[in-house]
Amino acid sequence: MTAAAAGLRPAPRPSVISGFVPILRGLLFAVIGFGIGAVIAMGIRLATGAQAWNPNETSAVGTIPSTEQIVTLGFIFAVPAWLMGVGFWGTTVRQWLGYKTNSVPTDWRRYLTTSEDHKVIGLQYLSTFVVVLLVAGVGAMLMRIQLSQPANQFLSPDVYNRIMSFHGIAMVSVAVAAVMGSFGNYFVPIMIGARDMAYPRLNALSFWLVPVVIVSLFLSELLGGWDSGWTAYPPLSVRNAAGQIMFNLAIIVFGLSSIFGGINFIVTVIKMRAPGMTWGRVPIFVWSVFAAAFLATFFTQFFAASLTMVLLDRVVGTNFFIGQGGAPLLYEHTFWFYSHPAVYIFVLPGFGMALEVLAHMSRKPLFAYRWAVAAFIGIVGMSGIVWAHHMFVSGMPSALLGPFLVTTELISIPTGLIFLSALGTVWMGRLWLTTPMLFALGFTFNFLIGGVTGIFLADVPTDISLHDTYFVVAHFHYTIIGGEIFALFAAFYFWFPKMTGRMLSERLGKLNFWMMFIFFNTTFLPMFWAGLHGMNRRIATYQSDLANVNLFISISALLLGSSFLVFVINVLYSLFSKRAPRASANPWKARTLEWLVSSPPPVENFPSTPIVVGSPYGYGTGGRPHAVFSIAGASDEEVSA
Amino acid sequence: MTTMPIVAAEPALHVDAHAAEGHGAHEDEHDRPGINRMGLWVFMASESCLFIAMAAARFYLAGTTKGDVNLPLGIVLTLILLTSSWLGYQATGAIKLGNRRKAITALLIASLLGVIFIAGVGVEWSTAAFGKDLVPPVSPQATPFGTAFFAMTGLHVFHLITGLVGLLLIANLLRKGQFGPGDHWGVTAIVRYWTFVDVMWLAVVFPVLYLL
Repeated sequence: MTAAAAGLRPAPRPSVISGFVPILRGLLFAVIGFGIGAVIAMGIRLATGAQAWNPNETSAVGTIPSTEQIVTLGFIFAVPAWLMGVGFWGTTVRQWLGYKTNSVPTDWRRYLTTSEDHKVIGLQYLSTFVVVLLVAGVGAMLMRIQLSQPANQFLSPDVYNRIMSFHGIAMVSVAVAAVMGSFGNYFVPIMIGARDMAYPRLNALSFWLVPVVIVSLFLSELLGGWDSGWTAYPPLSVRNAAGQIMFNLAIIVFGLSSIFGGINFIVTVIKMRAPGMTWGRVPIFVWSVFAAAFLATFFTQFFAASLTMVLLDRVVGTNFFIGQGGAPLLYEHTFWFYSHPAVYIFVLPGFGMALEVLAHMSRKPLFAYRWAVAAFIGIVGMSGIVWAHHMFVSGMPSALLGPFLVTTELISIPTGLIFLSALGTVWMGRLWLTTPMLFALGFTFNFLIGGVTGIFLADVPTDISLHDTYFVVAHFHYTIIGGEIFALFAAFYFWFPKMTGRMLSERLGKLNFWMMFIFFNTTFLPMFWAGLHGMNRRIATYQSDLANVNLFISISALLLGSSFLVFVINVLYSLFSKRAPRASANPWKARTLEWLVSSPPPVENFPSTPIVVGSPYGYGTGGRPHAVFSIAGASDEEVSA
Repeated sequence: MTTMPIVAAEPALHVDAHAAEGHGAHEDEHDRPGINRMGLWVFMASESCLFIAMAAARFYLAGTTKGDVNLPLGIVLTLILLTSSWLGYQATGAIKLGNRRKAITALLIASLLGVIFIAGVGVEWSTAAFGKDLVPPVSPQATPFGTAFFAMTGLHVFHLITGLVGLLLIANLLRKGQFGPGDHWGVTAIVRYWTFVDVMWLAVVFPVLYLL
C-alpha cells in the first residue's frame, strides 16, 4: 500500500489527536509570539514617551493608532513562531542551531505538519484552496442575494463591502495558488522526471505561510474588517478600520509564499530535468508554470512594496499616500505593476493545463508546441508594460494613455497564439469527450469571450465609459472563472485518479460540467449588458430599471453555486465509498511521465531516473515513446512494463 | 545495453520496493551546489525588486529633491559596510583553506560592523529634521523625502538584521565544527547574502538618498 493512499484512510494506530499536535502547537506558539511582539511594541511606545496602549483612540487623520502598532509588531513575531510550532523548529531551526533534527511522521499525520514531499504539499495546497474557493463562493452567493433586487436590505452596505472585499482577495489567492501550489507542486517534478522540487523545505515553508494568510483575513474582523476591496487603494486603505492592517500583513505574507514558490519552480525546471528532457520535450504544463514562476518571483515584490507603504503610512506616520505630498496614484502604479502580471500568474498555468488535456484527449500531438512556448515567454516579457490600462480614468498623465493602449492590445498576439495551438490540436482529432476534456473545451470557449471583451477595456475611449461597471466584472470573471477555474477543474478531473488512486464518477462529472458551463454563462453574460446599461461595481444597490437582469443573474449565480455541490459529492463519494472504482496507472492512456508510475505515485516517484527519449505528445505518429526506465541495480538490463 | 521502451501500458510499475531501498539515493544525481547557487541568485534578484520599488517611490514622491542628510555619516557607514563584506569574504576564503578560527573571527567582526552600521542609522534617524522648516513644522517622516528616507533605510536595516542573524548562526555552527574545505556552502551563502545587502546600500539606498 502506498503512502499517499494511507493518507486518505487514516491508520488506526496513532490517535487522531496526535496528528493535530503540530497545528495546535503552532497556534500556541503564534499566540506567545504575538504577545512578545506586542510587549516590545508597548515598550518602544513607553520609551518614546507615549501611552503603552490606548484602546479608545479614534483613527483621526494625523494620529498613529497604538493598536495598529502593537498588532503589527505582534504579527511580525507571531509568523515565525507559528512556523516553528507547526514543525520547522524540529526540521530546520534545530539544524541552524547545530542540533540533531527531528523527522516528520510518514503516516497520515504528515499531511498536518511540515512534510517536505512535493506530493504531500501539493495535496495540502489543493485541499486548502478547494475550501477557500467554496468559502469565498459562499461570499459571492451572499452578494448575489443582496443584489437580487434594488435597495435590498439583506446586507447592510458596510457588511456588503466587507464581504465583497473578502470574496475578492480570497478568490485572487485561489487563482494565484490553487493551480501553481497544488498541481504545480504535485506534477511539475514528476513530469520532468525529478524526485522532488529543488528545495523541498522551502516548499513546505511556502505552504505553511498560507494558513497565516487565511486566519489573518478572518481575524481582521476582530479589528473591524476591511472594506477597500482586494485592491485596497489608498487613501481609503490608510484611513479605514484597523482590520485593514491585518489584510496588508496577511497579503505581504502571501506574497512571500508566492515568491518562495516561484524561486522553487524556476530552479526546479532549470536544474532538475531528467536526462533527455530537453526544453523541446518539456510538457506544456511545465512550461506554463515555469513562465508564471518568473512573474511570481519578480513582480510580487511590487505588491509587497505597495502594501508595505500603506502599512508604514498607518503605523509609523509616513506620508506615501496621504497628507501634503502624498500621492495615491503611486499606489495604483506599484499595485498594478504586480497585479496585472498576476492575472498571467492565474491564467498561464490554466492555459498549460488546458493544452495538456486537449492534446491527450484529442489523441494528437500538441499543435504549434513551439509557438505556444514562445507565446508564454512573450506574455512574460510583455506583462510588465501593460499595467496602466487599469488606470485610464485615474487622472494619470494623458500622454500615457496611448502607449498603454498599444501595449495592451499587443499582448493579445501571444494570447492568440495559445488559442491557435488549442484549436489546431482539437482540429481533426479523435476527441475523447471525458469530463476533463469537456472542461478544457469549455475553457477555450469561455476564454474567447473573456479575451474579446477585454479589447473594449484596453481601448481608452470605450474604457472611459465601461470603467468600474459590471462590464469589467463580467470580463474578468470570464477570464478567471471561465478560463482558469475551468482549467483547474479540467486538471482536477484529469489528475485526481493519479493523486488518489480512485476514479471520479464520469456521470456526476459531466453533470458538474454542464451545470457549471450553462449557469456560468447565464450568470456572467448578462453582466456585460448590465454594465453597458450603467450598473456600477462594488455597490450594494443599483437603479431600479436593472432589477430584472439582476434577478436573473442572481438566480443563475445560485444555480452556478449549486454545481459546486455536485463536485463536492463526486469527490467525497470517490474518496469514501467502497464502491468507487480504483484508478489504474494510466486511465487516460496518456504519455507524460506521471502516467508511467502507479496511482498514486510512490514516495520516490520513479524506480530510477527516467531517460526521456521522445516528445510527450507523440500520439498517432508511431514515433518513440516519451521515456524509458533503467532499474537501479540492473545495469545491463533495462526494464519496461 | 538494450533499451526497451515503456509505452503507457498497464499495469504500470509498482515500485514501492525500490523506493524504500533507494531513499535518498537520488539526492546526489542533480547538481546540488549549482541548484543552491542558482536559488540564491534568483532570490537576490527578486529581493532587489523590492529596493527598486522603494527607489521608484522616492522619485515619484520627492522628484530629485535632496534631503538634508548627514553625508559624512553616510560615507562612513558605507565604508563600514564595505569592510564588513570584505571580512565576510575573508571568512569564506579561510574556511575553504580549513582555517576555522580565522573564519569565525572574520564573521564575528563583520557582524560587529553590521551592528555599528545599524547604530549609525539610528543616529541618522534621531537627528533627521526634514520637516522643521515647513510652516507649521511636520514630523520628519511626514515629508515626501522623509517618507522615502525612513522607508528605504528601514527596509535596508531590516535586511541587515536578517543577515546579522544568519552570520551569527553560521559562526556558531563553525564553532561547533560544521563546514570545512569541502563543505562551505553555508558560509558562502550567508556571506553572499550579506554582500547583497551591502550592494543594495551601495547601488540603491546610498546614491538615491545621499548622493543625488
